[in-house]
Amino acid sequence: MAQYDPNAIAFVREEMVPDMPAPASEHGVTGWLRKNLFSSIPNAILTIVGLYLAYITLETLLGFAVFEAVWTGEDREACVDAHGACWAYVGAYLDEFIYGRYTFDERWRVNVVYLIGAIGIAWLVYEHSPRRPLVGAAMLTAYPVLSLILLTGGNFVYSATFIWTCIALAAVALIIAFIVPTLTKSEPLPVIKSVAAVLGAIAVVLFVCSVNFGLPEVETDRWGGLLVTLVIAVTGIVFSLPFGILLALGRQSNMPIIRLICIIFIEFWRGVPLITILFMADVMLPLFMPKGVTVDSLVRPMVGVAFFASAYMAEVIRGGLQALPKGQYEGAQALGLNYWKMMRLIILPQALKLVIPGIVNTFIGLFKDTTLVSIVGLFDLLGQVQLSFSDPKWSTHQQGNTGYLFAALVFAVFCFGMSRYSIYMERKLDTGHR
Amino acid sequence: MKKKLLTAALGAAALGISAVGASAATLDDVKAKGFIQCGVSQGLPGFSNPDDQGNWTGLDVDLCRAVAAAVLGDADGVKFTPLSAKERFTALQSGEIDILSRNTTWTAGRDTALGLNFAGVNYYDGQGFMVRSSLGVKSALELSGASVCTNTGTTTELNVADYFRSNKLEYEIVAFEKADEVVAAYDAGRCDVFTTDQSGLYAQRLKLTNPDEHVVLPEIISKEPLGPVVRQGDDQWFNIVKWTNFCMINAEELGVSSGNVGEMMGSDNPAVKRLLGTEGAFGEALGLGNDWCANAVKAVGNYAEAFDRNVGPDTPLAIARGVNALWSDGGIQYAPPVR
Repeated sequence: MAQYDPNAIAFVREEMVPDMPAPASEHGVTGWLRKNLFSSIPNAILTIVGLYLAYITLETLLGFAVFEAVWTGEDREACVDAHGACWAYVGAYLDEFIYGRYTFDERWRVNVVYLIGAIGIAWLVYEHSPRRPLVGAAMLTAYPVLSLILLTGGNFVYSATFIWTCIALAAVALIIAFIVPTLTKSEPLPVIKSVAAVLGAIAVVLFVCSVNFGLPEVETDRWGGLLVTLVIAVTGIVFSLPFGILLALGRQSNMPIIRLICIIFIEFWRGVPLITILFMADVMLPLFMPKGVTVDSLVRPMVGVAFFASAYMAEVIRGGLQALPKGQYEGAQALGLNYWKMMRLIILPQALKLVIPGIVNTFIGLFKDTTLVSIVGLFDLLGQVQLSFSDPKWSTHQQGNTGYLFAALVFAVFCFGMSRYSIYMERKLDTGHR
Repeated sequence: MKKKLLTAALGAAALGISAVGASAATLDDVKAKGFIQCGVSQGLPGFSNPDDQGNWTGLDVDLCRAVAAAVLGDADGVKFTPLSAKERFTALQSGEIDILSRNTTWTAGRDTALGLNFAGVNYYDGQGFMVRSSLGVKSALELSGASVCTNTGTTTELNVADYFRSNKLEYEIVAFEKADEVVAAYDAGRCDVFTTDQSGLYAQRLKLTNPDEHVVLPEIISKEPLGPVVRQGDDQWFNIVKWTNFCMINAEELGVSSGNVGEMMGSDNPAVKRLLGTEGAFGEALGLGNDWCANAVKAVGNYAEAFDRNVGPDTPLAIARGVNALWSDGGIQYAPPVR
């Protein structure tokens, strides 16, 4: 073993070597390109093929939608010799696409509904806005009633049979909720109290809707376009989440009858294609109804879509419930929480957070499924676009492509918005486990 | 299901649906509610399609408007229900609509087994052929060896087979599921001939890249009489619809139009007087006012006006009168006299 002799060292560096600039392959545009796009021969080939595909797609698409498009015109003559999109036709039909055949002078009512809806959603989405719980409650209670009255015109007339049925039901509810407990000198069950509250709320809504606000009636057969799409989708979304939660809880319940009902409901609605449900609701239901009773043709598919979405939602949420460790339930019970408190404070906040992607997935699916209502004679956005193809005034060879492109853009904007919001919510609520 | 029915009933009540159903006396129902429920197509150019203002227009639509004018004195007293081909008969049977005016072909099966009545013919359609004018073909009989674009599994396809075989012509079928695909294939030159109902040919021609380079051949190889349909069992309503259609045809024959109906009221021609109700009580026999036909013509015009406005030569469809001309002009539109 050689002795270490400090004097034998000829050179000692006393300062650090200055940093060399990074090699060309590591910085700048070329560096980025080399690293990300041309790092190996297969990658380089893929990049070139990809760029070529992107080029031919964009060239065709932009050529059709922008460069060769016709932007102005009075009728088909403007577009008949062009090769690009006929946006003049979309311009002429834009009102139809947004409102359908909604009475022209009353379209401000739709605008008010859209505007309040947009403001309300923006308010709720923005984290720092004041009084969010209050606004949220108003959006879930007052806003639907307001929209119903504004869109239909209110001033509902109920048949005598209906009024008497309601009064009879209310009387039964009152007896069960208050008179029976007084007689038996027991506290009314909390469930019965809430049922009574719900009935009371329905009564108030029914009453408000029967007030004459002087708004002319606009029948639902005049509704169309984006209005119908949004009405069906929003009803479905707002209805399916709470109803889906209840169904999911019911399916996990220890009470056999409730569990059975929930399982049958979920499996029935999930087992039948939506088209079948819509057809049943539209074609068969009127034949089953007693003579003289017709259900509005917009309400029929709305109910169908809402139940259908609820069944799917229930299964998504059940997935979240099952993903929670049993300790969460036991811990909540050990704290002495009753069932509803346990669900509200411990289980659901965690379960729902887990399944946000699934929930939003169902919402987006529901939003796009609304296009199916066109098979039962309703005109949602897509149906209205297809309907406009039948106008000889505008029919040209590019009318179909233009109309579909427009519908696709609108749907894409809405679905992309929902998807981004879901990602934002996931990030915001991501509190560990990762 | 029970839950659904309950909720549906609640929804119905919540939207304030009045209780008006099918009953024998459609006329009384219509008068009571103040409008006619008219079933139309989900968009067929020239027959029933909404325009860019959202108003329904077309030949079938005008018939409903004429009935409304005859019954209620107001051509706008119509609510239109767009129906798919599948829904149309159930909607009529269940009383959801009062008239089905939706380019429906009058056939024996529909007239008898379905419990419906066809109240006349407002357009004689039939299957036709369209070819490129560059082919120089003048008649379908010159089409030997042609490839024919059509829809799969329809009577259209069978009619073509019958026609070509019976005329001993060679042909090749190029069939597609949807009408749009057929048009696209024909436009792309995948076949020489495009066949469907003739009125449809004119409508689809507008969607071709160069509409002017295609011609519709004169031959018609099938009978498709299109007309309004009502429920069986209400003869009064059946008569009203039937005679409103006849009223428009008679008005054309007698030279009565929406423009001159006022002065024609003072005409000496007994046929005009009977038609417009200044003589006789033919309207009362229908359960209407005697000016029923005058109202209909004033609001909608005679058959020629309705035809020209919706499908005629000055519209983009540019359909010639052809067999739909009056019998006196060489066509087959013929209405029994009012007397």
